[in-house]
Amino acid sequence: MAKKKFVVGCFDNEDVLFSAVKKVRTAGYKIKDVYTPYPIHGLDHALGMRETSLHTAGFVYGILGTITALSGISWIFVKDWPLDIGGKPHFALAAWIPIIFELTVLFSAVGMVLTFCYLCQMAPFVKKHHFHARATDDLFVMAIECTDVTNTNDTEAFLTNNGAVEVKTEIAEDGWWFGRYDKEEMFFESKNAVA
Amino acid sequence: MSLKYESQLREPLVYGNKTYHQVTEDIVRPIEAKPTKLWYIGFFISVSLLMFGVYSVYREVVYGVGEWNLNKTVGWGWDITNFVWWVGIGHAGTLISAILLLFRQGWRTGVNRAAEAMTIFAVMCAGQFPVFHMGRVWMAFFVFPYPNTRGPLWVNFNSPLLWDVFAISTYFTVSLLFWYSGLLPDFATVRDRAKTKLRKLLYGIASFGWTGSTKHWQRHESLSLVLAGLSTPLVLSVHTIVSFDFATSVIPGWHTTIFPPYFVAGAIFSGFAMVQSLMVVIRKVFGLKDYITIGHIEAMNKVIVLTGSIVGIAYLTELFMGWYSQSKYEGYTFWYSRANLFSPYGWSYWGMMACNVLSPQIFWSRKMRRNVFVTFFMSVLVNVGMWFERFVIIVTSIYRDYLPSSWSVYYSPSIWEIGFYLGTFGLFFTCFFLFAKYFPTIAIAEIKYVLKTTGESYKDKMEGIENENVEDFAHKHAH
Repeated sequence: MAKKKFVVGCFDNEDVLFSAVKKVRTAGYKIKDVYTPYPIHGLDHALGMRETSLHTAGFVYGILGTITALSGISWIFVKDWPLDIGGKPHFALAAWIPIIFELTVLFSAVGMVLTFCYLCQMAPFVKKHHFHARATDDLFVMAIECTDVTNTNDTEAFLTNNGAVEVKTEIAEDGWWFGRYDKEEMFFESKNAVA
Repeated sequence: MSLKYESQLREPLVYGNKTYHQVTEDIVRPIEAKPTKLWYIGFFISVSLLMFGVYSVYREVVYGVGEWNLNKTVGWGWDITNFVWWVGIGHAGTLISAILLLFRQGWRTGVNRAAEAMTIFAVMCAGQFPVFHMGRVWMAFFVFPYPNTRGPLWVNFNSPLLWDVFAISTYFTVSLLFWYSGLLPDFATVRDRAKTKLRKLLYGIASFGWTGSTKHWQRHESLSLVLAGLSTPLVLSVHTIVSFDFATSVIPGWHTTIFPPYFVAGAIFSGFAMVQSLMVVIRKVFGLKDYITIGHIEAMNKVIVLTGSIVGIAYLTELFMGWYSQSKYEGYTFWYSRANLFSPYGWSYWGMMACNVLSPQIFWSRKMRRNVFVTFFMSVLVNVGMWFERFVIIVTSIYRDYLPSSWSVYYSPSIWEIGFYLGTFGLFFTCFFLFAKYFPTIAIAEIKYVLKTTGESYKDKMEGIENENVEDFAHKHAH
C-alpha cells in the first residue's frame, strides 16, 4: 500500500498500443500495467510478464480432490463401516469412479477460482484505483510508474508522440483497500500517515 | 492478433460497423433503461407461477408424498420426469461455453452468457424435485457423507442416486463459478459507466474490484480455459450419471447400456431448444440482432438436427434390442407398453417420436434453419417431446410390474404435482427475467475480443487479402 506517481497514457488502437509498449520499454520506463477492456493476446509477453502458473495450481487441487475422494470412500467402506452389499468386495473401485471424478473437478474448479481471486486481489468490497473509467469500455490505458528522476512532462510528450490519445499524471494508491465504488474516498486520504 | 485469418466464406459474428464503445452501449442499454411494461408483465406471471409452486410444495411437505398421485408401482412419476427434463435443459449452457470454447467455435461468444445463466437456473429447478421427493425434506442433509451420531452411518457410495448428488452439486457449483468469473469484467464495465450511486455500489461489489490489468487478464484466460477443460467431461458425466439412475437397475426398459450417450445427446438436444426459445425472444426484445445473428440461430439448429437424429437412432436401437434380445419382458415394455399406440401410454411414445425424431428433420433445409418463427415453434416442440421422452422412459417401464396383481391403474398427476412443475417454471423465468434486466446478457469482453477478426466491417477489409495469392500473404503477414 503506497501512494505513487504515475504517468498515464490512453490508446484507442491495439496496434498503436503494441508499438508504444515496445518503445516505452526500450526507452527504459517502468510500465506498472496496461488496463484493457478485453484480453489482448501477446500483450503479456510484450510487457515481459511470465506465464501464469494458475493451471498448475488447478492440477494440484484436482489431484487433491482425487486423493480426498479415494481415501475417504475407501476408509469409510473398507475400514470404518464395511457394508455387505450382496457379498461384493468392500473395495469397489469401479463404483466409486463417478464420485472420485466429480470431487476432482470440484476441488480443481473451486481451488482455482479462489486462487485467482487471491492472486488478483479480488473480492466483494475490494476497491482499487482506476486510472481511466473507459479502461473497461474502449481505451487501452498504460500506467508508467515514476521514479525520483522522471520528468513527467517529457514522459507525457513521449507517450503522445507514440500515439496516446490522452495523457495525464496522477498520484494514486498502488494496492487495494476495502471501499465502495459509490464513494470517492481513497485509501491514503483516510489514513493520511501513509505516503 | 491481427494475424488470425478468418475466411470471407464465414458470416460475420457481429453485424453493423461496431466500435468497442458501441458494443458496450448496445449490451448495457437494457440494464440502464427502465424495465418495459412487457418485462413487468412477464415478471409478474413468473412470480405468480412461483407462488403457486411454493404452495404446492408446502402441501407436499405438510401432508407427505401422498399429495401426489404416485402409488406403489409408479413410484417415479411426474416428479422424476421433471427432474431429468430440467437437468437435461441445464446441459446446453456449459456445452456452449466449454466444449465450443475448446473447439474454437467463435459463434459461442454471442450466446454463451445467457445460455450459462439458463443452465444455472435449470439446474436449480431440477434440484428441487429429488429433494422434495424424499418426503421428509428436513432430512435432506442425510445425503451428505459427514461424521454423524447415527453410527456414524455413511451414505452408500456404490449407489447411482448418491453419484447424482455429487454430480449435480458439482455441476451447479462449477457452472456458477465459470459463469461468474466471466461476468466479473462485464460487471466492471457496467460499474465504470454507471450514473447512479446505487448502481455504482452494487456493480462495484459484484465486480470484485476488477481493473482490466493485463496480468489479471492473463490469469483470467488461463482460468477460463482450464474451467472449460474441466467442464467438458463434467457436462458429459452429469447426464451419464443421471442415466445410471435407470441403467444400473433391473427394470425392463431401463437397464440398457446405450443410456449414457443417448441421455447426453437428448440433454444437448433439449438444452439447445431451450436456448433457442430464449434467444429468439431476447434478441428481439433487447434489440441484439447484431450480436445474436441468424448465423447463430442456424448453428444451433444444426446441433438440434444432429442430436435429434442421434436420439432417434437410440429409440430405434432400443426397439430393435427389445425384439432381438428375445426377452419377453423387454419385448413387452418396448413393443406393447411403448410402441403400441393403443396401449394405455402409447400416445406418449408417439408424441415423443413425432416431436423429437420427425419434426427436427425440417432443419435439413437451410431456409427453415434461418427462419426465426420456425425455430421458435420447433424449440417449444422439442422440449415438449423431450418431456414425453422422460415420461415414457419412467412411467411405461414401471406401470406394469412383473406381477400383474401389482399393475398400476392409470397414473395421472394430481394438481399439486402439476403445481410443483409449474412452480419450477416460475422459478426459472423469475430468475431469467432478473438476469435479463440486471446482468449483461451478452459477454461484452468476449464480443470485443472477436470483433476485429469477425466483425462485419473488418471482414470487408479482408477482401483484399482474400484475393492475394498464398505466397504474398505469407510474405506480408508472417514473421
